[in-house]
Amino acid sequence: MGNPTKLKLPQYLRDPEGTQPPLDSPGYGSTALRHPKQPLVLLPQKLTEITGPVLGPGRLGELDNDLTRQHAGEPQGQRIIVGGRLLDGDGRPVRNSLIEIWQANAGGRYRHNLDRWPSPVDPNFTGVGRALTDDEGRYEFTTIKPGAYPWKNHHNAWRPAHIHFSVFGSAFTQRLVTQMYFPDDPLFSQDPVFNSVPDEKARQRMISKFDFSRTLPEWALGFEFDIVLRGREGSVFEAEEEDDDE
Amino acid sequence: MSTPSQTVGPYLSIGLPWEDGPDVVPEGTAGEILIWGTVFDGAGAIVPDALIETWQADSNGRFDHPDDPRGAVKGFRGFGRCPTDNDGSYSIRTVMPGPLPGQAPHIDVSVFARGLLHRVVTRIYFADDASDPVLASVPEERRSTLIAVKSGGGYRFDVRLQGEGETVFFDV
Repeated sequence: MGNPTKLKLPQYLRDPEGTQPPLDSPGYGSTALRHPKQPLVLLPQKLTEITGPVLGPGRLGELDNDLTRQHAGEPQGQRIIVGGRLLDGDGRPVRNSLIEIWQANAGGRYRHNLDRWPSPVDPNFTGVGRALTDDEGRYEFTTIKPGAYPWKNHHNAWRPAHIHFSVFGSAFTQRLVTQMYFPDDPLFSQDPVFNSVPDEKARQRMISKFDFSRTLPEWALGFEFDIVLRGREGSVFEAEEEDDDE
Repeated sequence: MSTPSQTVGPYLSIGLPWEDGPDVVPEGTAGEILIWGTVFDGAGAIVPDALIETWQADSNGRFDHPDDPRGAVKGFRGFGRCPTDNDGSYSIRTVMPGPLPGQAPHIDVSVFARGLLHRVVTRIYFADDASDPVLASVPEERRSTLIAVKSGGGYRFDVRLQGEGETVFFDV
Protein backbone atom coordinates (compact mmCIF):
# COMPACT_ATOMS: atom_id res chain seq x y z
CA MET A 1 0.00 0.00 0.00
CA GLY A 2 2.12 2.88 -1.27
CA ASN A 3 1.36 6.53 -1.65
CA PRO A 4 -0.17 7.06 -5.05
CA THR A 5 1.52 9.67 -7.19
CA LYS A 6 -0.49 12.88 -7.34
CA LEU A 7 -1.04 14.79 -10.55
CA LYS A 8 -1.31 18.55 -10.33
CA LEU A 9 -3.86 19.89 -12.81
CA PRO A 10 -4.56 23.58 -13.46
CA GLN A 11 -8.25 24.49 -13.29
CA TYR A 12 -10.08 27.03 -15.44
CA LEU A 13 -12.62 29.50 -14.10
CA ARG A 14 -16.19 29.39 -15.28
CA ASP A 15 -17.47 32.68 -16.67
CA PRO A 16 -19.78 34.80 -14.53
CA GLU A 17 -23.50 34.62 -15.33
CA GLY A 18 -24.34 36.81 -18.31
CA THR A 19 -20.97 36.58 -20.07
CA GLN A 20 -21.92 33.80 -22.45
CA PRO A 21 -25.07 33.75 -24.58
CA PRO A 22 -27.73 31.21 -23.56
CA LEU A 23 -28.04 28.38 -26.08
CA ASP A 24 -31.79 28.96 -26.03
CA SER A 25 -32.07 32.50 -27.40
CA PRO A 26 -35.56 32.86 -28.92
CA GLY A 27 -34.68 36.10 -30.75
CA TYR A 28 -32.28 34.09 -32.90
CA GLY A 29 -34.61 31.69 -34.66
CA SER A 30 -32.06 29.01 -35.52
CA THR A 31 -31.51 28.25 -31.83
CA ALA A 32 -35.07 26.87 -31.52
CA LEU A 33 -34.37 23.33 -32.72
CA ARG A 34 -30.66 23.28 -32.01
CA HIS A 35 -30.28 24.05 -28.31
CA PRO A 36 -30.14 21.13 -25.86
CA LYS A 37 -33.13 20.99 -23.52
CA GLN A 38 -31.60 18.68 -20.95
CA PRO A 39 -29.41 20.30 -18.30
CA LEU A 40 -25.65 20.23 -18.97
CA VAL A 41 -23.72 17.73 -16.84
CA LEU A 42 -20.77 19.13 -14.93
CA LEU A 43 -17.51 17.82 -16.41
CA PRO A 44 -14.57 17.88 -14.01
CA GLN A 45 -11.48 19.40 -15.64
CA LYS A 46 -9.08 16.48 -15.96
CA LEU A 47 -6.20 15.68 -18.30
CA THR A 48 -8.22 15.86 -21.52
CA GLU A 49 -9.76 19.21 -20.58
CA ILE A 50 -6.63 21.00 -19.30
CA THR A 51 -4.69 20.09 -22.44
CA GLY A 52 -5.58 21.03 -26.01
CA PRO A 53 -4.24 21.10 -29.52
CA VAL A 54 -0.96 22.92 -30.04
CA LEU A 55 -1.29 24.05 -33.62
CA GLY A 56 1.82 25.81 -34.78
CA PRO A 57 3.45 27.38 -37.79
CA GLY A 58 2.87 24.32 -39.99
CA ARG A 59 -0.70 25.52 -40.49
CA LEU A 60 0.23 28.89 -41.99
CA GLY A 61 1.01 30.09 -45.47
CA GLU A 62 3.00 33.25 -46.07
CA LEU A 63 0.03 35.47 -46.98
CA ASP A 64 -2.50 33.93 -44.62
CA ASN A 65 -2.71 37.03 -42.44
CA ASP A 66 -3.16 39.41 -45.39
CA LEU A 67 -6.58 38.89 -46.96
CA THR A 68 -5.93 41.65 -49.49
CA ARG A 69 -3.06 39.82 -51.20
CA GLN A 70 -4.46 36.36 -51.81
CA HIS A 71 -5.48 37.02 -55.43
CA ALA A 72 -4.06 38.60 -58.57
CA GLY A 73 -5.78 41.91 -57.90
CA GLU A 74 -6.79 43.87 -54.82
CA PRO A 75 -10.22 43.44 -53.33
CA GLN A 76 -12.77 46.27 -53.32
CA GLY A 77 -13.48 48.13 -50.12
CA GLN A 78 -11.93 49.89 -47.17
CA ARG A 79 -8.54 48.39 -46.32
CA ILE A 80 -8.15 47.81 -42.58
CA ILE A 81 -5.62 46.39 -40.14
CA VAL A 82 -7.08 44.40 -37.27
CA GLY A 83 -4.73 43.50 -34.45
CA GLY A 84 -4.60 42.89 -30.76
CA ARG A 85 -3.66 40.33 -28.18
CA LEU A 86 -4.85 36.89 -27.19
CA LEU A 87 -4.88 36.79 -23.38
CA ASP A 88 -6.13 34.52 -20.67
CA GLY A 89 -8.29 35.80 -17.84
CA ASP A 90 -5.23 36.67 -15.74
CA GLY A 91 -3.89 38.96 -18.45
CA ARG A 92 -1.21 36.50 -19.50
CA PRO A 93 -0.47 36.30 -23.22
CA VAL A 94 -1.39 33.09 -25.03
CA ARG A 95 1.70 32.50 -27.16
CA ASN A 96 2.18 30.78 -30.53
CA SER A 97 -1.52 30.09 -30.76
CA LEU A 98 -3.49 29.75 -33.97
CA ILE A 99 -6.13 32.38 -34.79
CA GLU A 100 -8.46 31.77 -37.73
CA ILE A 101 -10.82 34.34 -39.24
CA TRP A 102 -13.48 34.40 -41.95
CA GLN A 103 -15.73 37.18 -43.17
CA ALA A 104 -17.94 38.67 -45.87
CA ASN A 105 -16.54 41.02 -48.51
CA ALA A 106 -17.00 44.80 -48.60
CA GLY A 107 -20.53 44.38 -49.96
CA GLY A 108 -21.53 41.94 -47.23
CA ARG A 109 -21.35 38.81 -49.42
CA TYR A 110 -19.65 35.60 -48.32
CA ARG A 111 -17.82 33.47 -50.84
CA HIS A 112 -20.09 30.54 -50.05
CA ASN A 113 -22.43 28.76 -52.44
CA LEU A 114 -25.41 29.20 -50.11
CA ASP A 115 -25.00 32.97 -49.81
CA ARG A 116 -27.21 34.15 -52.65
CA TRP A 117 -28.36 37.65 -51.76
CA PRO A 118 -27.97 40.20 -54.57
CA SER A 119 -24.57 41.64 -53.75
CA PRO A 120 -21.63 40.61 -55.92
CA VAL A 121 -18.84 38.22 -55.03
CA ASP A 122 -15.45 39.91 -55.26
CA PRO A 123 -13.12 37.77 -57.40
CA ASN A 124 -10.18 39.17 -55.45
CA PHE A 125 -11.44 38.32 -51.99
CA THR A 126 -11.78 34.94 -50.34
CA GLY A 127 -12.32 36.25 -46.83
CA VAL A 128 -10.28 33.67 -44.92
CA GLY A 129 -7.19 34.32 -42.80
CA ARG A 130 -4.90 32.66 -40.26
CA ALA A 131 -2.24 34.00 -37.93
CA LEU A 132 -0.13 32.83 -35.05
CA THR A 133 0.24 34.90 -31.89
CA ASP A 134 3.76 36.02 -30.97
CA ASP A 135 5.52 35.81 -27.61
CA GLU A 136 3.36 38.62 -26.24
CA GLY A 137 0.14 37.09 -27.58
CA ARG A 138 -0.08 39.66 -30.40
CA TYR A 139 -1.61 39.01 -33.80
CA GLU A 140 -2.41 41.17 -36.82
CA PHE A 141 -4.47 40.82 -40.00
CA THR A 142 -4.75 43.09 -43.03
CA THR A 143 -8.15 42.79 -44.62
CA ILE A 144 -11.17 44.68 -45.98
CA LYS A 145 -13.90 46.07 -43.78
CA PRO A 146 -16.78 43.61 -44.21
CA GLY A 147 -20.19 44.94 -45.18
CA ALA A 148 -23.45 44.38 -43.32
CA TYR A 149 -25.80 41.88 -44.89
CA PRO A 150 -29.47 40.91 -44.70
CA TRP A 151 -30.70 37.62 -43.31
CA LYS A 152 -34.12 36.15 -42.83
CA ASN A 153 -34.27 35.91 -39.05
CA HIS A 154 -36.98 38.58 -38.78
CA HIS A 155 -38.45 41.30 -41.00
CA ASN A 156 -35.71 43.51 -42.48
CA ALA A 157 -33.02 41.80 -40.41
CA TRP A 158 -29.41 42.87 -41.01
CA ARG A 159 -26.26 41.52 -39.41
CA PRO A 160 -23.90 44.27 -38.22
CA ALA A 161 -20.51 44.09 -39.95
CA HIS A 162 -18.39 41.44 -38.26
CA ILE A 163 -15.38 39.17 -38.61
CA HIS A 164 -15.59 35.59 -37.29
CA PHE A 165 -12.68 34.68 -34.98
CA SER A 166 -11.72 31.15 -33.94
CA VAL A 167 -9.08 30.66 -31.22
CA PHE A 168 -7.78 27.67 -29.30
CA GLY A 169 -5.94 29.07 -26.28
CA SER A 170 -3.88 26.51 -24.39
CA ALA A 171 -6.54 24.09 -23.21
CA PHE A 172 -9.72 22.41 -24.42
CA THR A 173 -11.59 24.49 -21.82
CA GLN A 174 -10.51 27.71 -23.56
CA ARG A 175 -11.69 26.96 -27.11
CA LEU A 176 -13.64 29.95 -28.39
CA VAL A 177 -15.35 31.04 -31.59
CA THR A 178 -16.68 34.59 -31.55
CA GLN A 179 -17.41 37.56 -33.80
CA MET A 180 -15.60 40.88 -33.80
CA TYR A 181 -17.78 43.91 -34.40
CA PHE A 182 -16.98 47.52 -35.34
CA PRO A 183 -17.52 50.58 -33.12
CA ASP A 184 -20.81 52.48 -33.16
CA ASP A 185 -22.63 50.19 -35.55
CA PRO A 186 -26.25 51.39 -35.87
CA LEU A 187 -27.35 47.80 -36.54
CA PHE A 188 -26.54 46.52 -33.03
CA SER A 189 -29.95 47.39 -31.65
CA GLN A 190 -31.83 44.99 -33.96
CA ASP A 191 -29.30 42.11 -33.98
CA PRO A 192 -30.30 39.09 -31.86
CA VAL A 193 -26.89 37.45 -32.22
CA PHE A 194 -24.96 40.39 -30.76
CA ASN A 195 -27.69 40.94 -28.15
CA SER A 196 -27.78 37.27 -27.14
CA VAL A 197 -25.01 38.11 -24.66
CA PRO A 198 -26.93 39.25 -21.57
CA ASP A 199 -24.24 41.32 -19.89
CA GLU A 200 -23.76 44.78 -21.40
CA LYS A 201 -20.05 44.96 -20.53
CA ALA A 202 -19.46 41.50 -21.97
CA ARG A 203 -21.18 42.58 -25.21
CA GLN A 204 -18.86 45.57 -25.43
CA ARG A 205 -15.87 43.21 -25.33
CA MET A 206 -16.89 41.93 -28.78
CA ILE A 207 -16.56 45.41 -30.30
CA SER A 208 -13.18 46.43 -31.67
CA LYS A 209 -11.80 49.91 -31.02
CA PHE A 210 -10.68 52.30 -33.70
CA ASP A 211 -6.88 52.44 -33.30
CA PHE A 212 -5.14 55.45 -34.75
CA SER A 213 -1.72 54.12 -33.71
CA ARG A 214 -2.29 51.08 -35.89
CA THR A 215 -3.59 53.20 -38.77
CA LEU A 216 -1.08 53.47 -41.63
CA PRO A 217 -0.85 56.76 -43.57
CA GLU A 218 -2.03 56.54 -47.16
CA TRP A 219 -2.88 52.90 -46.61
CA ALA A 220 -5.25 51.46 -44.00
CA LEU A 221 -7.40 52.18 -40.94
CA GLY A 222 -6.48 50.36 -37.74
CA PHE A 223 -8.73 48.51 -35.30
CA GLU A 224 -7.77 46.88 -32.02
CA PHE A 225 -9.42 43.69 -30.81
CA ASP A 226 -8.15 41.85 -27.73
CA ILE A 227 -9.56 38.40 -27.06
CA VAL A 228 -9.73 37.22 -23.46
CA LEU A 229 -10.06 33.51 -22.65
CA ARG A 230 -10.98 31.87 -19.36
CA GLY A 231 -8.36 32.30 -16.63
CA ARG A 232 -6.97 29.74 -14.23
CA GLU A 233 -8.00 29.29 -10.62
CA GLY A 234 -5.22 27.34 -8.95
CA SER A 235 -4.86 23.60 -9.28
CA VAL A 236 -6.35 20.35 -8.07
CA PHE A 237 -4.49 17.17 -7.25
CA GLU A 238 -5.64 13.76 -8.26
CA ALA A 239 -4.19 10.28 -7.92
CA GLU A 240 -2.19 9.10 -10.92
CA GLU A 241 -2.71 5.42 -10.08
CA GLU A 242 -5.53 3.82 -8.18
CA ASP A 243 -3.99 1.81 -5.36
CA ASP A 244 -5.95 -1.40 -5.01
CA ASP A 245 -3.77 -3.64 -2.83
CA GLU A 246 -4.96 -2.51 0.56
CA MET B 1 -13.71 39.24 -18.24
CA SER B 2 -13.87 36.62 -20.98
CA THR B 3 -14.81 37.49 -24.54
CA PRO B 4 -18.28 36.03 -25.21
CA SER B 5 -18.87 33.27 -27.72
CA GLN B 6 -20.91 33.79 -30.88
CA THR B 7 -22.26 31.39 -33.48
CA VAL B 8 -20.08 30.14 -36.34
CA GLY B 9 -23.01 31.04 -38.58
CA PRO B 10 -24.06 29.32 -41.80
CA TYR B 11 -20.81 29.93 -43.65
CA LEU B 12 -18.29 28.34 -41.30
CA SER B 13 -17.20 26.08 -44.13
CA ILE B 14 -15.32 28.90 -45.84
CA GLY B 15 -13.17 29.48 -42.76
CA LEU B 16 -12.72 26.44 -40.58
CA PRO B 17 -12.21 23.21 -42.51
CA TRP B 18 -8.69 21.99 -43.25
CA GLU B 19 -7.79 19.50 -45.93
CA ASP B 20 -6.26 17.18 -43.32
CA GLY B 21 -8.70 18.20 -40.58
CA PRO B 22 -10.51 14.86 -40.31
CA ASP B 23 -7.19 12.97 -40.14
CA VAL B 24 -5.96 12.96 -36.56
CA VAL B 25 -3.58 10.34 -37.96
CA PRO B 26 -2.60 9.86 -41.62
CA GLU B 27 -4.38 7.16 -43.62
CA GLY B 28 -2.57 3.85 -43.25
CA THR B 29 -1.50 4.41 -39.65
CA ALA B 30 -1.35 1.18 -37.67
CA GLY B 31 -4.45 0.79 -35.52
CA GLU B 32 -6.41 3.54 -37.28
CA ILE B 33 -10.14 3.69 -36.64
CA LEU B 34 -12.89 5.71 -38.25
CA ILE B 35 -15.42 7.52 -36.11
CA TRP B 36 -18.42 8.65 -38.07
CA GLY B 37 -21.94 9.82 -37.51
CA THR B 38 -24.67 12.33 -38.24
CA VAL B 39 -25.74 15.48 -36.44
CA PHE B 40 -29.50 15.90 -35.92
CA ASP B 41 -31.64 18.79 -34.68
CA GLY B 42 -34.68 18.71 -32.40
CA ALA B 43 -37.03 17.84 -35.27
CA GLY B 44 -34.83 14.91 -36.30
CA ALA B 45 -33.58 16.82 -39.36
CA ILE B 46 -29.93 16.53 -40.33
CA VAL B 47 -27.65 19.49 -39.59
CA PRO B 48 -25.56 20.18 -42.71
CA ASP B 49 -23.79 23.24 -41.31
CA ALA B 50 -22.13 21.93 -38.17
CA LEU B 51 -18.49 21.35 -37.33
CA ILE B 52 -17.23 18.51 -35.14
CA GLU B 53 -13.91 18.89 -33.35
CA THR B 54 -12.25 16.09 -31.37
CA TRP B 55 -9.44 16.10 -28.81
CA GLN B 56 -7.93 12.98 -27.32
CA ALA B 57 -4.91 11.23 -25.83
CA ASP B 58 -2.71 8.92 -27.91
CA SER B 59 -2.99 5.14 -27.69
CA ASN B 60 -0.91 5.20 -24.50
CA GLY B 61 -3.07 7.82 -22.85
CA ARG B 62 -0.54 10.62 -23.34
CA PHE B 63 -0.79 14.16 -24.73
CA ASP B 64 1.67 16.34 -26.63
CA HIS B 65 1.01 19.24 -24.28
CA PRO B 66 3.13 21.15 -21.73
CA ASP B 67 0.44 21.16 -19.01
CA ASP B 68 0.27 17.38 -18.73
CA PRO B 69 2.10 16.85 -15.41
CA ARG B 70 3.28 13.43 -16.61
CA GLY B 71 5.25 15.23 -19.35
CA ALA B 72 4.47 15.90 -23.00
CA VAL B 73 4.90 13.06 -25.49
CA LYS B 74 5.73 14.59 -28.85
CA GLY B 75 4.21 13.78 -32.16
CA PHE B 76 0.50 13.01 -31.75
CA ARG B 77 -1.75 15.83 -32.98
CA GLY B 78 -4.73 14.55 -31.01
CA PHE B 79 -7.04 17.00 -32.77
CA GLY B 80 -9.58 16.32 -35.46
CA ARG B 81 -11.96 18.64 -37.25
CA CYS B 82 -14.67 17.82 -39.74
CA PRO B 83 -17.57 19.91 -41.05
CA THR B 84 -20.83 18.04 -41.62
CA ASP B 85 -21.72 17.28 -45.21
CA ASN B 86 -24.98 17.95 -47.06
CA ASP B 87 -26.34 14.80 -45.40
CA GLY B 88 -25.32 15.94 -41.90
CA SER B 89 -22.53 13.40 -41.66
CA TYR B 90 -18.92 13.70 -40.49
CA SER B 91 -16.05 11.31 -40.04
CA ILE B 92 -12.74 11.40 -38.18
CA ARG B 93 -9.75 9.09 -38.75
CA THR B 94 -7.85 8.46 -35.53
CA VAL B 95 -6.51 5.77 -33.20
CA MET B 96 -8.20 4.44 -30.09
CA PRO B 97 -7.20 6.65 -27.16
CA GLY B 98 -5.54 4.88 -24.24
CA PRO B 99 -7.03 4.98 -20.76
CA LEU B 100 -6.17 7.93 -18.51
CA PRO B 101 -5.52 7.74 -14.79
CA GLY B 102 -8.89 6.85 -13.26
CA GLN B 103 -10.77 7.32 -16.54
CA ALA B 104 -11.88 5.02 -19.35
CA PRO B 105 -10.69 5.80 -22.90
CA HIS B 106 -12.61 8.76 -24.27
CA ILE B 107 -12.51 11.60 -26.80
CA ASP B 108 -13.68 15.13 -25.99
CA VAL B 109 -15.92 16.63 -28.67
CA SER B 110 -16.94 20.21 -29.48
CA VAL B 111 -19.94 20.79 -31.75
CA PHE B 112 -20.32 24.14 -33.50
CA ALA B 113 -23.19 25.12 -35.81
CA ARG B 114 -25.43 27.87 -37.06
CA GLY B 115 -27.97 28.23 -34.27
CA LEU B 116 -25.45 27.36 -31.56
CA LEU B 117 -24.34 30.60 -29.95
CA HIS B 118 -21.78 28.64 -27.95
CA ARG B 119 -20.18 25.29 -28.73
CA VAL B 120 -21.66 22.26 -27.01
CA VAL B 121 -19.28 19.72 -25.52
CA THR B 122 -19.72 15.98 -25.31
CA ARG B 123 -17.55 12.87 -24.96
CA ILE B 124 -17.16 9.73 -27.02
CA TYR B 125 -16.66 6.50 -25.06
CA PHE B 126 -16.21 3.03 -26.52
CA ALA B 127 -17.85 0.99 -23.78
CA ASP B 128 -20.26 1.53 -20.90
CA ASP B 129 -17.63 1.39 -18.19
CA ALA B 130 -19.31 1.94 -14.83
CA SER B 131 -15.95 2.62 -13.17
CA ASP B 132 -15.50 5.82 -15.19
CA PRO B 133 -16.45 8.73 -12.91
CA VAL B 134 -17.84 10.91 -15.71
CA LEU B 135 -20.01 8.16 -17.15
CA ALA B 136 -21.12 7.32 -13.63
CA SER B 137 -22.22 10.94 -13.14
CA VAL B 138 -24.60 10.72 -16.10
CA PRO B 139 -28.14 9.38 -15.56
CA GLU B 140 -28.09 5.74 -16.58
CA GLU B 141 -30.86 6.07 -19.17
CA ARG B 142 -28.88 8.74 -21.04
CA ARG B 143 -25.45 7.08 -20.87
CA SER B 144 -25.81 5.29 -24.21
CA THR B 145 -25.73 8.66 -26.02
CA LEU B 146 -22.03 8.88 -25.10
CA ILE B 147 -21.03 5.46 -26.37
CA ALA B 148 -19.85 4.94 -29.93
CA VAL B 149 -21.25 1.78 -31.52
CA LYS B 150 -19.02 -0.50 -33.58
CA SER B 151 -20.50 -0.34 -37.07
CA GLY B 152 -19.49 -0.55 -40.69
CA GLY B 153 -15.77 -1.00 -40.00
CA GLY B 154 -15.71 1.96 -37.65
CA TYR B 155 -17.48 3.47 -34.69
CA ARG B 156 -20.73 5.30 -35.10
CA PHE B 157 -21.37 8.34 -32.91
CA ASP B 158 -24.43 10.43 -33.76
CA VAL B 159 -25.09 13.78 -32.13
CA ARG B 160 -28.69 14.73 -31.29
CA LEU B 161 -28.74 18.37 -30.32
CA GLN B 162 -32.27 18.28 -28.88
CA GLY B 163 -35.26 16.08 -28.20
CA GLU B 164 -35.62 12.33 -28.05
CA GLY B 165 -32.29 10.66 -27.42
CA GLU B 166 -30.66 14.06 -26.85
CA THR B 167 -26.90 13.64 -26.53
CA VAL B 168 -25.50 14.34 -23.07
CA PHE B 169 -23.67 17.67 -23.18
CA PHE B 170 -21.26 18.85 -20.54
CA ASP B 171 -20.52 22.06 -18.73
CA VAL B 172 -16.74 22.15 -18.88
